[in-house]
Amino acid sequence: MHRYIINRILLVIPTLLGAAALVFALMRLIPGDICLVRLGSGGTSFTEQALQTCHAEIGIDKPWIVQFIQFIWGLVRFDFGISMWSGKPVVDEIASRFPVSLEVAVMATIIAVVLAIPLGTISALKQNSWIDLVVRTFSIAGIATPSFWLGIMSILLVLDVTQAISGHPWMPPIDYVSFWKDPIRNLSIVMLPALTVGYRYCAVSMRMTRSAMLEVLREDYIRTARAKGLVEKIIINRHALKNAMLPVVTVIGLEFAFLIGGLVVTEQVFNLNGIGRLMVLSVQNQDYTLTQALVMLVVAIAVLTNLLVDLLYAGLDPRIRLN
Amino acid sequence: MTRLMALLGGCIAALVALPALADETPKHGGTLTYMIPADAPPTFDGHRETTYATIHTAAPYYSVLIRVNPDNPSSTTDFTCDLCTEMPKPTDGGKTYTFNIRTGVKFHNGDPLTAADVAASWNEIIFPPKGVLSPRSSNFVMVDKVEAPDPTTVVFHLKFATSAFLPALADPFGWIYEKKILDDPSKGPHWYEKNIMGSGPFKFAGYELGQEIKGDRNPDYYHKGLPYLDHIIGIFAPKQATRVEAIRSNRAAIEFRGFPPASRDDLKKQLGDKITVQESDWNCGSVVTLNEKKKPFDDPRVRRALSLAINRWGGAPALSKIADVRTVGSIIFPASPLAPSKAQLETIAGFWPDINKSRAEAKRLLKEAGAENLTFTLLNRAVDQPYKYVGIWLIDEWSKIGVHVTQEMLPTGPWFEAQRTGNFTVDLQANCHSVVNPLIDVQPYLPSSVSKQNYGNYEDPEEMVLYNKALHETDPQKQHEDMFQFAKYVMDTKAHKIMVLWWYRIVPYRSYVKGWKVSPSHYVNQDLSNIWLDQ
Repeated sequence: MHRYIINRILLVIPTLLGAAALVFALMRLIPGDICLVRLGSGGTSFTEQALQTCHAEIGIDKPWIVQFIQFIWGLVRFDFGISMWSGKPVVDEIASRFPVSLEVAVMATIIAVVLAIPLGTISALKQNSWIDLVVRTFSIAGIATPSFWLGIMSILLVLDVTQAISGHPWMPPIDYVSFWKDPIRNLSIVMLPALTVGYRYCAVSMRMTRSAMLEVLREDYIRTARAKGLVEKIIINRHALKNAMLPVVTVIGLEFAFLIGGLVVTEQVFNLNGIGRLMVLSVQNQDYTLTQALVMLVVAIAVLTNLLVDLLYAGLDPRIRLN
Repeated sequence: MTRLMALLGGCIAALVALPALADETPKHGGTLTYMIPADAPPTFDGHRETTYATIHTAAPYYSVLIRVNPDNPSSTTDFTCDLCTEMPKPTDGGKTYTFNIRTGVKFHNGDPLTAADVAASWNEIIFPPKGVLSPRSSNFVMVDKVEAPDPTTVVFHLKFATSAFLPALADPFGWIYEKKILDDPSKGPHWYEKNIMGSGPFKFAGYELGQEIKGDRNPDYYHKGLPYLDHIIGIFAPKQATRVEAIRSNRAAIEFRGFPPASRDDLKKQLGDKITVQESDWNCGSVVTLNEKKKPFDDPRVRRALSLAINRWGGAPALSKIADVRTVGSIIFPASPLAPSKAQLETIAGFWPDINKSRAEAKRLLKEAGAENLTFTLLNRAVDQPYKYVGIWLIDEWSKIGVHVTQEMLPTGPWFEAQRTGNFTVDLQANCHSVVNPLIDVQPYLPSSVSKQNYGNYEDPEEMVLYNKALHETDPQKQHEDMFQFAKYVMDTKAHKIMVLWWYRIVPYRSYVKGWKVSPSHYVNQDLSNIWLDQ
């Protein structure tokens, strides 16, 4: 087990290096120049000297190979450099936004897990009943509805309903405060995006739970358990649900990894200053250092989440040996 | 009897008006929450940045030497002192401007602000030291040197007299920094990129990266009685829908850049008189650039034909209902005294009053140039307002003379790159400026070797002769004529540029916000000192 974990962690290194080389090359293949965006966007008629000063200041006047070596050397030392756009340390830029994305991701996961597993299980147990029909409709709608659209609609709904009731349109605050600073304000900011994202997340997990449960319920060992006269509750909880959880845990893990950095539009809709919004901004501004660091972060989270899921497999199914 | 009745009527009218006047008496106190339509400013340094995100974030914390009159910001010629005591009369044949600096002004750290700080700040902007970025240095080609002979005097020596100097000096990015910090080897000019420390109406109180910036009233502000507000909070929100919803729900009171017509109409419909709208012509214009290195756009007849095809007078009213554009004008801001009159404008290709005659001439020119079945791709920026709207409209207009155009929308970075590398045939750009200063604002239309922002890839010495004549002319009448000749040459004779329409700035905001006046630029009048809240 320990050897397996060490091997998996060691495998992260070539994965990160490969991702680093890929993002480095891709960013530079995109046509554009951060200095042109910076100097030209304000309509000022800048000079060639200003452009050269800007290039030298952020180091993009150096050859690619030098830039790549500097990037990898920084990576080895966990030094992600300075944002080319803001001049602030990349770590600071990410650190200030990471908690927002993490909080939404955790809340969305809680909402998804709390709803998806019981509803998916009930749906499977009551296959083809009206309950199953309702749950399936709910989950298909969740998969089919884009989160950003749902987000916009939910804000407009809140605005319209409050205006109709009180005459004063209301919406959740848009200036994020941390949970530790003001829990009520924080929850009122984060709840709607978490619900919006959690709905889709829940729908995917719910369908996976239902299909996995249906499959497991047809297994011989379930029939054997019933033949032994085991109580149905024990059959479902101990034998069926536990075994059906393997694909569900995979889906939950993948979705969680996606939410860190993947809430691009949702964060914009709710004005959440998270990693997704930062990612879009850094690509738009052609901020190489920041984009590279963000991609590395997302890759690392994806790899570690996968590792965690694999470890959970062993816990859920004793037949799996992590050697 | 008639006089008596008139007097009585006047008294009654005055009495009726009294409550209204009383309502308009500024009130002190309160917190203004406003939206900043950006994720965050790149840095806080106004000397190096060009984006409004920096202005809307940090302008309330800084002073400037002179500025557009905050009580009359729609004027293109009304400049007043901020740190100086009175607007100077130029001497030495218009080549020397001597400013007397207010005494008793303090930076927010308590240090006194003197002429040395003003001169050091302007020297950094105009003559940036090696390694310091100053995109606006090209606006000050006329300045020879800036000096502070004593603590209350700053002198600008010009190489030649020009009316372009004062508007350039009123640049809202011309923040006054402390010389001590600029000269400190451990800090230097780069210190201001991450720190805010000025002498403006508000003191910096806090910043959450990409979230909000907070300021508190500066009790030592040198304009007595100002600012009215106790606190300001700027919330960053790059998405327009969020900003509109924030104003609707009163999470924020105002956003200073401007909204499209549909958002104005929605807010008015939903909130009625709780929303006030101010509108203005915007010192930003949509301009078509033709790559003259590519055939057939090296032929002025083809370029003229494309301009002649556009029905600006007919299209502008309809387009203004859906997009941030409205006013028909030349390359000179329409409200400027230097702008051509309507009669003059109507002599320029593409601005003729009879569109049928204009399009017939366009077709004739294309036939004469052997480009009857012209087909090309219009490069455009992947931004909704007003790029996409104007681009689609142009394609339709050009189809009316048999020209087939497709549109390629690129994100900002690749769009700039395509322009710079000449990897386009025809391009829709925007020329956007702060203080209206036509002599500087037309710089992007100067030949490519002079202006790095002219992507037309052409050289034209004759154009430079016309420009320099206008730049050096000090007689207003003659300068007006010179500028018209320059504009006609650029837009008609050589048709280097196709001016489409000027943008239109629409600012809907909560009616309890008082004192703020719209200007032709979203960069101008943003220190927020004259804003007060009627609630």
